[in-house]
Amino acid sequence: MASEVLLPTSPAEAVAAFGDGAGVTVLGGGTIVMPEIAYGRAALGRVLLLARSGLDQVTRSDGAVTIGAAVPVAALEGGDEPLASAAAHVGDPEIRAQATVGGNLCAGPGGEAPRGDLQAPLIALGARVRSTGAGGERVEPVEDFLAAGGGRLVLDVSYDAPDAAGYAAAWRPHAHHATILAAACARSGGQTRVAVTGAGPHGLRCPSVEQALAAGADAATAAAKVLDDVDPPDDALASAWYRKRILPTLVQRAIEEAR
Amino acid sequence: MKLNVNGVERSVESLALTSLLVVLREELGITSPKAGCQQGGCGACTVLVDGEARRSCLVPLAAIDGAAVTTVEGLGDPESLSAVQAAFHEGYAAQCGFCTPGFLLATHALLAHTASPTRAEIERALGGHMCRCTGYVKIVEAVEAASGGVR
Repeated sequence: MASEVLLPTSPAEAVAAFGDGAGVTVLGGGTIVMPEIAYGRAALGRVLLLARSGLDQVTRSDGAVTIGAAVPVAALEGGDEPLASAAAHVGDPEIRAQATVGGNLCAGPGGEAPRGDLQAPLIALGARVRSTGAGGERVEPVEDFLAAGGGRLVLDVSYDAPDAAGYAAAWRPHAHHATILAAACARSGGQTRVAVTGAGPHGLRCPSVEQALAAGADAATAAAKVLDDVDPPDDALASAWYRKRILPTLVQRAIEEAR
Repeated sequence: MKLNVNGVERSVESLALTSLLVVLREELGITSPKAGCQQGGCGACTVLVDGEARRSCLVPLAAIDGAAVTTVEGLGDPESLSAVQAAFHEGYAAQCGFCTPGFLLATHALLAHTASPTRAEIERALGGHMCRCTGYVKIVEAVEAASGGVR
């Protein structure tokens, strides 16, 4: 069990409690950390609970949307695409009501399957992450935050609602909580951004696909470029071969939906 | 910390990160929530927290200090079953019974939000609940019966 449990009651208290993050485990909704505790896999020092941190606000103004780290995944269903479809594809209603946006953003690969289904849609939306930790507060694109490898406390993510969006995921039976592969696409001001989930250690942007689209390629031709951008893994749910076979099709569907 | 469990105020002594499931079963002796997978994947531990269906294995005690918790013990008793319990009983919706408490509480939460759910809405709401006897058809029919649908 933990040496200390911190339960901040405001965002400012959460920032102070997290400090530089050394030795701190952040517990948002608990869907990732609680099983680690139950199975005795977690060696916890200080644990920071976000349940009462006040980081659970969603604000909108003039198309700009800011989502607090402790907002439940369920709150995104029915909102802006491609985030809404990806959110509805996570777990089941009880898990979505408990899991948080910040936790999903920080979820590394789960060993047996990919996690972090919201990462690709947030990359496609050009979302920015505001986080705190060593060096103080920082705002950066989602893809930079993910590439940096964590160790920070997410405060919120923000994006501008796109003109059009698309999302396509590999079908999964109800009993599977994980999405093995998904593509997200968002178009704003004539520019299209594309990202995928399940084809690497976290959500990945697909610059080759985006460049092909910008150069006027059709959806199928641009989507085929995705294999220049990602190197999918083998895991318990799907082989790399299978992922490579279906990924261009999912990317194509997402692009066509965003047209 | 305090919890209102099935209408009774209880003081609890468990450590802050103890799961609600363990608090209920091991400290308070309330054994209807079942420890299935203990990683949020099966739904056997689902209870109501402030009226909403939650996997009790994933909820740390400190996050819900002061909350109202409902388990099967708070739904009804053998002489006066809740409508959902009665529908499960009459519709043969329980086999071994291990998953039944989770299904009952999830169904209560569903019907509180949606009085007459469609079959698709029922399957969506209960989709995270595993029945190891695979008796899903009778369960869905019981939910329909409890909601005033086809018996």
